[in-house]
Amino acid sequence: MIPELGHYALMLALGLALIQGIMPIVGTRADDPVLMSMAAPVALAQFAFVATAFGALAVCYVISDFSVLNVYENSNSHMPFIYRLTSIWGNHEGSMMLWVSILTFFGALVAVFGTNLPTVLKANALAVQAWIAAAFHLFILTTSNPFARIADAPFEGRDLNPILQDPGLAFHPPMLYLGYVGFSISFSFAIAALLEGRIDAAWARWVRPWVLGAWMCLTLGIAGGSYWAYYELGWGGFWFWDPVENASLMPWLAGTALLHSAVVMEKRGALKVWTILLAILTFSLSLIGTFLVRSGVLTSVHAFATDPARGIFILGILAVFIGGALALYAWRAPLLKQGGLFAPISREGALVFNNLFLTSACATVIVGTLYPLALEALTGQKISVGPPFFDLTFGPLFIPLMVAMPFGPLLGWKRGDLVGAAQRLIAAALLAALAIAAAFALERGGPVLAPFGIGVAVFVMAGAVTDLVERTKILRLPLRVALRRAAGLPRSAWGTAAAHFGIGVTLIGIVSVTAWGGERIAEIKPGDSLEIARYRVTLDGVFDRAGPNYQDTVGRFTVHRINGGLVGNMEPTRRVFPARDMAVTEAALMTRGFSQLYVSIGDPNREGGLAVRLYFKPNVLMIWLGAGFMFAGGALSLSDRRLRVGAPRPARAKAMPQPAE
Amino acid sequence: MTRKQRRLVLIGGGLSVLAVSVALMLNAFRDSIVFFNSPSDVVERRIGPSTRIRLGGLVKDGSLVRGDNLAVRFEVTDGKTEIPVAYRGVLPDLFREGQGVVAEGVFDGAGVFDADTILAKHDETYMPKEVADALKKSGHWQDDYARRAAMPVGGASK
Repeated sequence: MIPELGHYALMLALGLALIQGIMPIVGTRADDPVLMSMAAPVALAQFAFVATAFGALAVCYVISDFSVLNVYENSNSHMPFIYRLTSIWGNHEGSMMLWVSILTFFGALVAVFGTNLPTVLKANALAVQAWIAAAFHLFILTTSNPFARIADAPFEGRDLNPILQDPGLAFHPPMLYLGYVGFSISFSFAIAALLEGRIDAAWARWVRPWVLGAWMCLTLGIAGGSYWAYYELGWGGFWFWDPVENASLMPWLAGTALLHSAVVMEKRGALKVWTILLAILTFSLSLIGTFLVRSGVLTSVHAFATDPARGIFILGILAVFIGGALALYAWRAPLLKQGGLFAPISREGALVFNNLFLTSACATVIVGTLYPLALEALTGQKISVGPPFFDLTFGPLFIPLMVAMPFGPLLGWKRGDLVGAAQRLIAAALLAALAIAAAFALERGGPVLAPFGIGVAVFVMAGAVTDLVERTKILRLPLRVALRRAAGLPRSAWGTAAAHFGIGVTLIGIVSVTAWGGERIAEIKPGDSLEIARYRVTLDGVFDRAGPNYQDTVGRFTVHRINGGLVGNMEPTRRVFPARDMAVTEAALMTRGFSQLYVSIGDPNREGGLAVRLYFKPNVLMIWLGAGFMFAGGALSLSDRRLRVGAPRPARAKAMPQPAE
Repeated sequence: MTRKQRRLVLIGGGLSVLAVSVALMLNAFRDSIVFFNSPSDVVERRIGPSTRIRLGGLVKDGSLVRGDNLAVRFEVTDGKTEIPVAYRGVLPDLFREGQGVVAEGVFDGAGVFDADTILAKHDETYMPKEVADALKKSGHWQDDYARRAAMPVGGASK
C-alpha cells in the first residue's frame, strides 16, 4: 500500500509540475496576475507530493519491505538503522528521488521566501524550475521507478554495497545534491530574466544568496566525498581526477566564478550578460555531472546501473535544457543593457581576472573528462586521461589565480591602485618568503617547487588577514576603535576573508601530502615493525571479530616514536560481507596535529604474513579544514543583512506613493 | 582610456588566457594520455617497451603466483592472447582469478608487463566496461557476465 501511495504521489507531482510550468508563463504573456500568482502555491503542493513519495520510499526502507524491488536490491534487515536510511540514496532510483526532492524543495523555498520578488520574474522562474522538475519526474516514472514490486517477496535483502555502508555516505550525497540542484535556482532566474528581456542589479542581489548557498553545500559535498575516498578506499588518496569527481568539480569552478561575477553585477551593474551565461553554464555542468555519474558511461563506484534507456533519457534532458537555454541566450542576451564602466586595474577587473582563470581551469577539466568519451564514441579508441594531464593544465592555471587573490579585495571599485595594494601586501609577501625558507630548511626530499607552493598558500592566507587588518585599521588606530570598526564591518567582508583563507589552508594540505607524504608497503609478521617519518609501527597480532552483517579480520598495531615513547594503537581491518561475498578494507587513522598515520591491511597469507600499507600524510587534515573555512565564509556572507533585505527596496519604493513633505 | 580601449584590454586578456590554456591542454595531451589495450591489441599494434598503456582482460585461471615481499605475477588473457604481468604491492580487494582486471604500466625488455597500478573495478557480476568490450570483440564474452550488474567498486593503486 505504502509504495503505491508513493508512486501515485509522484505522478500527481508530475501533473502539478506541468501546471506550474505552463500556467504562470501564459499569465506573464496575457498579463494575468491570477495565473502568475498560481506558481507559488502549486510549487508548494508539488513539493508536498514529492516529499510524500520520498517519505513512502523511506518507510519501505526503514521497515525493510523486501516486496519492493529497490529495497530488496539495496538493503538488508541486519543493517543498522542509519544505513537502512542512507541506502535510500545508495542506488540509482533512490538517488534520483533525492534529486527531485531537493529540486522541488528549492522551488518551494523560492515560493515561500520570494514574496518580495517582482511578480513576473517570480512566475517565470518558478515555471522554469517546474520544467526541470517535470523532466526528472518523467525520467523516474518511466525508467527508474523506485516503487516497483516483486511478485514473491524474498525474506532477506541483498544488502547495500559494503563500501557504501559508511557514515560518510549519510552526508556526502545529500550535500552534493543540495549543491548541484541549488544551482538550478540561478539557472531558472537567468532563464526568467531572458524570457522577460530585462535584468538589473536587484536580480543579482536576489540570486546571489542562492548561488552562495548552493556553492557552500557543493564545497562541503566535494570535501566530504574526498575524505570518504581517503579513508574508505584503503590507499589514502584524497583526489583521483576520476571523471566522477571532475563531474562535481566542474560546477564548483563555474559556481565559484558565478559567485564572483554576481558581486560585480550587484555592486556595479556590469557583466550582466556574462553572469547570465555563467548561471546557465553552472547548472548545465551540474546536469552533465548527473548524466556522467548516472548514465553508466563511466565505470566507477557511482555507476549504479548501466541501462542504456536511462542514459539516453538523461542525454535528452541535457540536450533540451542546455541547448534550449543557450539558444534562448543567443537570441535574447543582446537585448540586455550593458552596465557600468571600469578600468582594467580595479576590483571589477580583479573579479574578471578571477572569472577568466576559473572558467579556463573549468574548461580544462571539461576537456580532460569528456575527451576520452568523445574519442571512444568517434573512433572506438579507449584512452584514460589521468592525474598527469590535470597537473599539467589545471595547476598552471590555478597558480596565477592564487597569487592574484589577495590583491582583489584590496583594490577599489572602478579604478584601483595596484602599487598601493602591493605595498599593503608586503608583510604577507615577507611571511610567504619566510615560509618558503622554512619549508626548504625543514623538509627533505620532495619536488623543488613544493616549498614555493607552501609560499603561495601562506601568501593567500596572510593576504586574507591583511584585508581584515586594513579594513579595521587595527595596527594604526587604538585597539578599542579598531574593535568597533571590526564589529561594524559587513559580515560579507569577514566571509570573503574566511573563504580566501580556507583556499590557502587547503593548498598547504595538498602540497604537503603530495610532496612530503611517505609510504611503506610490505608483508610483515607479528612482531615485525615498519618505520615511517618519526614513527615505528609494530604488528602485534591478527585476530577475528564479528559485526552485525560482516566479519572482521583485525590487525593490531602499536605505534612508538622512533626515539622511544608509546603513541598509541591502531586497528585496521578487512571486512567481509557474506551477503554479497565482498571484502572491503577499513583503514586505521591516527591523528597527530594536522598530520595522520594511515594503515590498511590485505588478507593474511598462509605463513601468517600480513600485507600492510603504511602511510604518513603530513598536514592532510588541512585539506578538509580549508573546505570548512570556505563553508564558514559562505555562511558568514549569507548571514549579511544587506543580502537579506536589500533586494525588495527599490521595487517597493517605486510602487508606493511618496508621502508629501 | 576610452571605452573602446578598455574593451580591447578585456578581450585581449581573455583571448590570451584562452590561448595559454589551449596550449597547456595540447601539451598535456601529447605526454599524459594512456591508451587502453587488450592482449590481442598489444600483439597487433606491436607495443614496445617504454610506452605506457592500460592492459585489460581476464586474470587467467591458475596463473597467479605470489613471490616474496608482495611481488605477484599473473597472466592477462582475452581468450586469444596471454600477456604476463608483474606487480609489487597489495592487490585490490576484488582481484580474483578468472575475473576482469585493468593494469597500468609499461613493458620491460623481456615482454613482461610491469604494472604499477592494478584496477579491479567489479564484483562477481560486474566487469569493467573496457574489459567487457574487449572480450566481446574477441568473441569470448559470456552472457552471464551481463547479468544485471550489482555495483562496481573502486580500484587500488600504488
